[in-house]
Amino acid sequence: MSVMMLDAGQSEKLDADLPAWPYAAQGQQVTRRKEGSAVQATDDITDWAVLMARVRDDQDRAAFAALFRHFAPRVKSFLMKSGADATLAEECAQDVMASLWQKAHLFDPSRASVATWIFTIARNRRIDALRKARRPEPEDLDWGPTAEPDGADLYEASQENTRLGAALAQLPQKQRALIERAYFGDLSHGELAAETGLPLGTIKSRIRLALEKLRLQMS
Amino acid sequence: MTIRHHLSDQLLMAYAAGDLPEAFNLVVATHVSLCDECRAQLAAFEVVGGAVLDLCDLATMRDGSLDACFARIDACIDAVPQSRVAPRKRAGVLPAPLADYVGGDLGQVKWRSIGAGVRQAILPTGKGASARLLHIPAGQAVPDHGHRGIELTLVLQGAFRDDADRFGPGDVEIADQATEHTPVAEAGMDCICLAATDAPLRFNGLIPRLAQPFFRI
Ligand SMILES: [Zn+2]
Repeated sequence: MSVMMLDAGQSEKLDADLPAWPYAAQGQQVTRRKEGSAVQATDDITDWAVLMARVRDDQDRAAFAALFRHFAPRVKSFLMKSGADATLAEECAQDVMASLWQKAHLFDPSRASVATWIFTIARNRRIDALRKARRPEPEDLDWGPTAEPDGADLYEASQENTRLGAALAQLPQKQRALIERAYFGDLSHGELAAETGLPLGTIKSRIRLALEKLRLQMS
Repeated sequence: MTIRHHLSDQLLMAYAAGDLPEAFNLVVATHVSLCDECRAQLAAFEVVGGAVLDLCDLATMRDGSLDACFARIDACIDAVPQSRVAPRKRAGVLPAPLADYVGGDLGQVKWRSIGAGVRQAILPTGKGASARLLHIPAGQAVPDHGHRGIELTLVLQGAFRDDADRFGPGDVEIADQATEHTPVAEAGMDCICLAATDAPLRFNGLIPRLAQPFFRI
């Protein structure tokens, strides 16, 4: 988890400051990675949301630095795979990470994980920089300023994200490469095979339910 | 609004990945504005994007990259409003992404007659595909046309039928080379749709082929 990337002093301070998992339901068991544990960084997507919330609520620079160290090299790599040279990719990666700070008030962990959210920002930056095209976005839904994220839902969502990441990593190399190329913008829509072999059904159902709930509240 | 004809997974994934030409993006964004089913599936495909990003190998950042990023943040910290921006919402009949292209609601559409009572308005989109609004009088057949590429037709008002199916508000018809059909607008209400294609349409008999580049259809 991210705390590992801070130096020891900061790490202790961060842990002490962190509320006891603000998004977990009462009594929910949440595994936090301990120093030296063998868990992969990608297993702990939920904690990025905690750091992101600290950026959003407290303009916390240490939290942002941790997010930067994890995500900026990935965003740069993503952009280079999409056809940007190293200079442009570096510029754009810094842009994307700066947007993370600037748009922090829009971050809503009940709608997207930090990785998913950064992906959408990086994708839009790529379309802007490499294709110079416009990308119309769907209408916003009024999730309401008071909509409190449900801890159990968030936990479930983060577990799904983790499972999806693991499933993607375990796909046969050829199949995984095809999906990755689509997301790097390297395939046209005609070449793209939407049959991913990934467990998307549960993710879709959960989001669908959340939308239904929202519609009920609105009506 | 009961939507029965949805976007394909292929289109939703391509939209999530950023692989579509602008005109198709517009159809997807407009349909998703109307359809929670596709909104949820799109969100699932964006989660895949997050997983792909997370599995990317690590590029080496330039020395001082983090400091440079903080410098960017500090440079425009005052320019950025910290409050939530107002959500984009529908003001009239047209969903917000489409209203952006029209520059208003249905009343602001700059229709041009293309014959037989059918009117169209070409929307300004980038290369790779074109988008237009079509207004077909109630009960009127859309001139017989085949497709050279992929054509997406999203119904905004009224309905049309072809040999096999009925398409009402919110429904999307996805047609390709193999589709040769004669859609007819249902009686009772004029049919207005958003159509996007990645190849020029060929109308059989309505307008001479030579005139097509001029009309941009
Ligand atoms: Zn749909």
